[in-house]
Amino acid sequence: MTELAWIDPLLRSARPQAVGALLRYFRDLDQAEEAFQEACLRALRNWPVNGPPRDPTSWLILVGRNVALDDMRRRSKTAPLPGDAELSDLDDAEADIAERLDNSHYRDDVLRLLFICCHPDLPAVQQIALALRVVSGLSVKEIARAFLVSEAAMEQRITRAKSAVARADVAFAAPDAVERAERLAAVAAMIYLVFNEGYSASGGTVHVRLALCEEAIRLSRLLLALFPGEPEIMGLAALLLLQDARAPARLDADGAIILLEDQDRSLWNRDMIAEGLALIEKALRHRRPGPYQVQAAIAGVHAHAVRPEDTDWSEIDQL
Amino acid sequence: MLYALLCYSDEAVVLSRTKAEDDALIAKRHRVTDPLAARGKLGATIRLMPTTAATTVRMGRERVVLDGPFAETKEALLGLYVVDCASLDEAIALAQQVGRDEKVVFEIRPLRFYEPQGTFKFRETAV
Repeated sequence: MTELAWIDPLLRSARPQAVGALLRYFRDLDQAEEAFQEACLRALRNWPVNGPPRDPTSWLILVGRNVALDDMRRRSKTAPLPGDAELSDLDDAEADIAERLDNSHYRDDVLRLLFICCHPDLPAVQQIALALRVVSGLSVKEIARAFLVSEAAMEQRITRAKSAVARADVAFAAPDAVERAERLAAVAAMIYLVFNEGYSASGGTVHVRLALCEEAIRLSRLLLALFPGEPEIMGLAALLLLQDARAPARLDADGAIILLEDQDRSLWNRDMIAEGLALIEKALRHRRPGPYQVQAAIAGVHAHAVRPEDTDWSEIDQL
Repeated sequence: MLYALLCYSDEAVVLSRTKAEDDALIAKRHRVTDPLAARGKLGATIRLMPTTAATTVRMGRERVVLDGPFAETKEALLGLYVVDCASLDEAIALAQQVGRDEKVVFEIRPLRFYEPQGTFKFRETAV
């Protein structure tokens, strides 16, 4: 680890909330991303000298916002002022951040950011690419490698996805309960797509694919932390953990898939299996089954069996 | 005197570490705790699963079972049990039994890693 290695996880974990909040202020994805980027650069200069701030995420939001505002002011000397809509949220922003972001804001910011990436107008590939770029902060180069396309082609795809999203006009007001549930379902599906892209043996190097799976798991945990009582989100996180736990045993030396019954089960990641099983158990207590829970429960029965012949098929039948 | 060192950190940051980063951190800690264990001065070491795996049981006039971790700041952490249960239901029932007629909250959190060690003798007078 280099000396600055401790900053990376701080910036990575702050990203969804910070970009989500900046998006709420500026209502423009590119601007929010740029502002966050600039704030990160300043963090890399400032934090090693002064130590990390008590609340790194709020720091990044505040700095990102100020930098972008300065930039706007400078530009406004030569160009007309931005419209009211772009500035409407800015007045109350400072006080808002000063007393730290309350939970519901945070929740809706992150959910909105995720939701924007899975707009129904976007084909699956574009949803995944956009989420990896905007929410996870992967570089275009990394994403291009995962899809086995050139960097220029991926850049173009992401740009196209962004303009489609901008046209789609996603509501910035706090969503009502129905809308929130719809967004949650769409986002869950998108996270599953990201995972599958990483899990399927079709594209990219092993290294890149593992990164996508890890990222999908991180997003599912993030979503579950925001909505701790949603059994389907527990099911989603459980499903991804249980499937990914088997990844080390899934491919042979030539990269060909090894079937479940032939896998070396000692290679399975027991930590992930335990967490997946804990989550699915929690989910099933709600007695509100859904597709992720059922798939996770089936994966759980397989993961539980130390040998293939120990598999509890009667349990799977009941599911 | 026996002391418990309770680790607090930003979970989102911890979960954003890559496996290599996490392994490096654990290795760094082992450089401190391994010699301690060798001298017989290290007791149980526990790593908890993420708070998303937690269930909270609130006792009192009404018993409430909630998904997620215990999030209030009014109450303080006073102690803990490590129990071996066949299911989450059993753990919840146990918490309700232990805390009966008390105004108490139990956060039930699965353990990710448990090393009882216990190379030192437990001394009644120490606690």
